[in-house]
Amino acid sequence: MATVENKPVDTVTIEVDGRELSASKGAMIIEVTDQAGIEIPRFCYHRKLSIAANCRMCLVDVEKAPKPLPACATPVADGMKVFTRSRRAADAQRGVMEFLLINHPLDCPICDQGGECELQDLAMGYGRSVSRFTERKRVVKDKNLGPLVATDMTRCIHCTRCVRFLEEIAGTAELGGVGRGEKTEISTFIERNIDSELSGNIIDLCPVGALTNKPFRFSARAWEMSARPYIGTHDCVGSNLFYHVRGGTIMRTVPRDNEAINECWLPDRDRYSHFGLQSDDRVTEPMLKIKGQWQRVDWEQALDAARSAIGNLIDQHGADQLGVLTTPRATTEEHHLLKKLADQLGTPHTDHRLRILDDSDPQLGQAHLDQPTAALSEADAILMVGSYLRHDQPILNHRVRSAWRHKQARVMDLNPVAWDFPFDMTERMIVPPQHLPDSLARIAAAAYALVGQEPDDDALGHWIQAREPEPAAEHIAKALKEADSSILLVGDQALQHPRAGLIRAIAERTAACLNLSLMILPGAANSQGACLASMRPGAQGLCATSMLNQGRKGFLVYDFEPARDTADPSAAMTTLRKAEQVIAISSFAGPDLMEVADIILPLATMPETEGSYINADGHQQWLKAAGKPVGQSRSGWKILRMLGASLELDGFEFTHLSQVQAELDTLEFSKRSVPDLSQSIQLEQQQQDQQGENRQIWRSGPVPMVHCDALVRRSESLQKTDHARLDHAVMHPSSAETLGFAAGSEIRLRQGDATLSVRLEIDPAVPPASIWLPAATELASSLGPAFGAIELEPGA
Amino acid sequence: MSFQAHESPAAGKAELLSESTRQHIDHWLTKFPEGLEGRRSAVIQALVAAQEQNEGWLSSELMDAVADYLQLPPVWVYEVATFYSMLETEKVGRNSISICTNISCMLCGADKVVDYVENKLGIKMGQTTADGKVFLKIEEECVAACTGAPMMIINGHYHEQLTEQKIDELLDELE
Repeated sequence: MATVENKPVDTVTIEVDGRELSASKGAMIIEVTDQAGIEIPRFCYHRKLSIAANCRMCLVDVEKAPKPLPACATPVADGMKVFTRSRRAADAQRGVMEFLLINHPLDCPICDQGGECELQDLAMGYGRSVSRFTERKRVVKDKNLGPLVATDMTRCIHCTRCVRFLEEIAGTAELGGVGRGEKTEISTFIERNIDSELSGNIIDLCPVGALTNKPFRFSARAWEMSARPYIGTHDCVGSNLFYHVRGGTIMRTVPRDNEAINECWLPDRDRYSHFGLQSDDRVTEPMLKIKGQWQRVDWEQALDAARSAIGNLIDQHGADQLGVLTTPRATTEEHHLLKKLADQLGTPHTDHRLRILDDSDPQLGQAHLDQPTAALSEADAILMVGSYLRHDQPILNHRVRSAWRHKQARVMDLNPVAWDFPFDMTERMIVPPQHLPDSLARIAAAAYALVGQEPDDDALGHWIQAREPEPAAEHIAKALKEADSSILLVGDQALQHPRAGLIRAIAERTAACLNLSLMILPGAANSQGACLASMRPGAQGLCATSMLNQGRKGFLVYDFEPARDTADPSAAMTTLRKAEQVIAISSFAGPDLMEVADIILPLATMPETEGSYINADGHQQWLKAAGKPVGQSRSGWKILRMLGASLELDGFEFTHLSQVQAELDTLEFSKRSVPDLSQSIQLEQQQQDQQGENRQIWRSGPVPMVHCDALVRRSESLQKTDHARLDHAVMHPSSAETLGFAAGSEIRLRQGDATLSVRLEIDPAVPPASIWLPAATELASSLGPAFGAIELEPGA
Repeated sequence: MSFQAHESPAAGKAELLSESTRQHIDHWLTKFPEGLEGRRSAVIQALVAAQEQNEGWLSSELMDAVADYLQLPPVWVYEVATFYSMLETEKVGRNSISICTNISCMLCGADKVVDYVENKLGIKMGQTTADGKVFLKIEEECVAACTGAPMMIINGHYHEQLTEQKIDELLDELE
């Protein structure tokens, strides 16, 4: 008997240009040839987007088909024979190219895309050397799409990749094909900015020069720049990217594919932040404040001054009076060296968690992920607690959207503002920030009731037990329990909450009770690196907020802006003003730092320095400097080495960064220890008991997307977007009515001694008993804690 | 100002739609499946109703109103409104006349019909009379009435086997 090969039913065999290929059933020809490395020209096809089949460039010859078929929209069939280079295929492709070029200007030398243009490349292969077209070409008026994307719409070939990207990936559907036939234009129709936080990706998707990078435009040619791999340094995701560098200057940013992290996308914040590198207040030389006047000095003088300042401080007041504070955005090596420096000087007061108000749990700021962040794309149910994921970690938000689109995931949230998400929310609990712990505890209580289990027999368990879940909390618990794969995500706003420790603990209990994956995000970029390097308070050490509230005689301030990057700018500035010595190592010096610092050492910024970053997943990425440090600024590890050596400390004799990295290999993340939350629970209970009598209003002060750190705040193009327009506060209509405030009126805010007069807007997205006023903006730089009680009164 | 990241520019404009327009849209919504794609399917009929409410043309406010009422991104509505020749996105006369100039009508004298109407109204194809009474659509392709060629459509109604006398009667009846 003849034997037949038993092929798995879900694969078929096709032949392409004589090569036998196996393909999964239902795949399109182009997917199979792409995998096999067989080139088929295309414009509209993109593996991450839906199939449009409207450019017709990928026409191939299929045996027995009466005419050429588009490879992007023709599913494979067993025994199919495809010819990509036959006469018929080549003729069809050449014909399509001639039609595409009819209306496309032939002026590549003055086009920004020239040299890296898919149309130009393919025209070299498939186009004629001389145009036969003598008629009039179509001209299309350019559109204003905002500060990030420039347009040359006459060049558009209507591939609709940008339209599909914004509709499918970004979820905003801001562009469309307006008009018909030859008059079709890709447009917003009514002039509007494209607001998507991922909008820059349409530049990469555009196969021609119709959509280009606005601030970069006409400043360099593709072949003049070299691509340096780096990562985005503005969130805990660490999107992979290339900086395109010419002569040591970073000219632009493009994404670098990494399926596990950012797929092939890049958030606008990571793409446009480098334009802030050349800001006017960049520190280019060491500076000393002598008799209240800033003077530029050389490195030797500056290091001498720093050494004697630290030495005198410790001699006079003891090392306990020195506080060491750093941005989480420093490299892991810098965190390690900074910690080493502090240890050897003898101070336990070290911290990177500048935005964390709660000191009840030493592990706040350290991520806890039961599954990698990529698992968000595969989840069936997701609860986001205290997170505007869309702006805080745009790539993770894209993953949640993918789960919603492809897996019909049920997405729910517990948030202090009804943030706008590009997916449907199954259930929302929008509560003022003061109710976040309580509401989460209600969800926990519902979860325990659902599984018929008693909470643990301790203070927190009893407190949860005492909550009475409302229907919304019950629905959320039910949805999380029913799903095959559910994720509880705890975001940045939960971390910045004054009772962040309590929120984290309740989230842990809920996850354990329902047996779901917990995803506690770490906060700003490289918080994980800081945690690994123990850049947190040592034994008896104070956390950042306590240090800045209680005060120290001297501070070492590493690369942050005290009035912008701290949880309580008012307290931070007061304390730093009082301190005898403030030694800053910083890339930028805004008015706040200039006011409080006594010594500023110029630091190379993130793209100009080498070292490693650890993202939320614990994925360590080693980076080589992409640009040249400006002026006399130096990489952080070199500055710390010099400082350590001049203070005659041990362990600063290394000559190369790899020696520091070798030390990092021995470090481990601290294990979870259960914190004592009795005080937090007591405070929470007190607050609730008072709730009835005095209608306390809380401020919701999340960190806006384009204000998250010093570099982003200096990127002119990002600051021109609508997201940066944050000159007002927002309240719920009912709260405003109770207090007698009208929309557009000026009101006065008071947090302790700090006051601010601000215009009020009314929006029901902000729950009653709270007022939305984001942190990290210039407006909020004189105010108190980002989340906490606030008093309001009318008038300017 | 956008407090929300992507507050729809159409938000709150649904109130511009009249009661009868809403009823018309609601009626068509029942014919499609529930959900986003079903609502998207109702765009054409929604625009037709909105255009009727507004004396024959769609302002951008009105297109936004349709987007808001159907809870769709506004650009999906603009795409449809600009694609179909039966929808006008600029102000035109309150009566709309389309003369078929496709092959059957052309063979039966559509060119003469066009000349006659243009002369009578004193406007060219694509223009509106000064009193805002009549709008002559720029071009109409075959509308499947070849048996009655030459023909024209007035406010959605077919009028076939046109003669000069019949045209006079039809145009004089317009208000």
